[in-house]
Amino acid sequence: MNAEELAEAVTAALPGAVSAHDDGADMPTLTVPVDRLVEVCTYLRDEQGKNFLSAVTAVDHLGYGEDVSGYYGTVRGRDINHVGSWGAAETVAAPPTRFSVKYHVAHIGSGDEPPARVRVQVFVEDGEEVPTVIPVWPTADWHEREQYDLMGIVFSGHPNMTRLIMPSDWDGHPLRKDYPIGGEPVQFTDAV
Amino acid sequence: MSTIEREHDQVVPLYTPARIPRGAPSKIDPPPGEDLITINFGPNHPSTHGVLRLIVTLDGEVVVGLDADIGYVHTGFEKNFEQKTYWKCIPYSPRMDYLGFFANELAYVGAVEQLIEIDVPERAQWIRTLFAELNRIHSHLIFLGTSGVELGAMSVFFYCLRERDRVLDLFEMVTGVRMHDRYPQFGGVAEDLPKGFYAEAKRFVHDMRLRIDEYLDLLAGNPIWRDRLRGIGTIAPQEAIAMGLSGPNLRASGVPFDLRRNDPYLAYDKLEFDVITGEKGDCYDRFLCRTMEMYESVKIIDQCLDGMPTGPVMSDNRKYVLPPRSELHTSMESLIHHFKLVTEGFRPPPGQVYHAVESPRGEFGCYLASDGGPRPWRVHFRAPSFVSLQVTAMMAHRRYIADMIAVVGSLDGVMGECDR
Repeated sequence: MNAEELAEAVTAALPGAVSAHDDGADMPTLTVPVDRLVEVCTYLRDEQGKNFLSAVTAVDHLGYGEDVSGYYGTVRGRDINHVGSWGAAETVAAPPTRFSVKYHVAHIGSGDEPPARVRVQVFVEDGEEVPTVIPVWPTADWHEREQYDLMGIVFSGHPNMTRLIMPSDWDGHPLRKDYPIGGEPVQFTDAV
Repeated sequence: MSTIEREHDQVVPLYTPARIPRGAPSKIDPPPGEDLITINFGPNHPSTHGVLRLIVTLDGEVVVGLDADIGYVHTGFEKNFEQKTYWKCIPYSPRMDYLGFFANELAYVGAVEQLIEIDVPERAQWIRTLFAELNRIHSHLIFLGTSGVELGAMSVFFYCLRERDRVLDLFEMVTGVRMHDRYPQFGGVAEDLPKGFYAEAKRFVHDMRLRIDEYLDLLAGNPIWRDRLRGIGTIAPQEAIAMGLSGPNLRASGVPFDLRRNDPYLAYDKLEFDVITGEKGDCYDRFLCRTMEMYESVKIIDQCLDGMPTGPVMSDNRKYVLPPRSELHTSMESLIHHFKLVTEGFRPPPGQVYHAVESPRGEFGCYLASDGGPRPWRVHFRAPSFVSLQVTAMMAHRRYIADMIAVVGSLDGVMGECDR
């Protein structure tokens, strides 16, 4: 099932629940408004057989497509390789919001059918809450805590929205693009 | 133990059974009571497979509350990936799951290859398949050995490490290092197999079959081992899917889901092997699943050795692939490509991919987002250990604390991969 068919099926059941769809290189991608996320996920699980949540991934788009990825410290990054210097250089339109959260879901049957993966993504601003999908896929528990911990996305309705990987008194969310590298105070020095 | 034949179109329904804790599914709150004690199990307990801390509430010897604390070996791999060019990220990936290192490389390299749409030569795919299976044996050997030590069967550990050394010898022969090899690269593998590898690998295949028989005699034939594992940490197929288990942990519950079969990558669709499934989903089935899987891996290695096609092992797409060393002295273009790739790296088109491989622990996925720059915009790994350790609470609930050790061992978590 390609993205268009899937989007049609979802829209037929839940009007207006898919704001965009795209056939990626790997799997169909559905973009969903934040307030319809749980509805769409429940539909995908019950009607499309997507019973397996592979991963929850949050992406920070701060500075996305501006010259050099990965470098920051200045707004434009350290411009050692200007876009267009060689090869297939192309700049991209920035996503509508700073953050996006991707849910990679799959179907696990009892034979050797393919997993038929689908990516559901929501776009959120900094501080905007994303509803938890634990009622749909219980495995989302640690996935969401990890993304909260490292990226600072708050999942509303999560029963245990605490840090998972970093120490509980850590400042900031390390995977954000504006979290400095090499600049943070050295942790645990007071314990020596 | 055999593969289970089922209707292919039958969908395993997902429900939330009563056994999955309400609220946070990976945590069980202790009941109110006065005679309970809460202890720290770990982070440095020999049976926690690395640095895992379990906060266990005990009623006598019975676990009534459990919360897991992870992150002790968090090293920021994903943040590091964002600072390196695509080529320079490859050596980082195997250091996450240090037992299933080759699968990590395959996931990352596969994701980038999908993004840049590069063709991998047939022979390189077979070589990758061969080493993915050697690596699976390596990881399962460590699992067998260490879970033996945890439950008091010391001698198996030494036998398993003896065979593990032979696997690593094979790795050393081809890649030059025993672990963390950086052998797969975008567009193929670093070098072709050396002379003498075939004979050595054939000897290994022959011996390994006999060795697995020995392990089964030592462990499965041992009544204490069986009693320690049977009926412990049971998980139903629906619960396993709902909790996101994959790999041998999922297959032990009777769900024949294996990415090598269900979503074939590399050369797996040309090879004959069985997907091993268990029936009860207890610790014993998980142990047996892994052990039997080693037979299948040996089978695959044997087929790879005999059926491997000839040809190049590296793509010829010079925009992404380093030119051969010999050309650097004679070809100006090669020199330029080499210089650009090493200093600046290549720029894949903007987009996002998720590429999953069947690592020894289950579905190891790599999500990769590119903004068109020379470094990954965001890399995220779906670590099977991270997911499977979530069910510790559910499995150990109302069990003796000694059984909890069997449960944690049987899930085969690697903390380096769990915390990343």
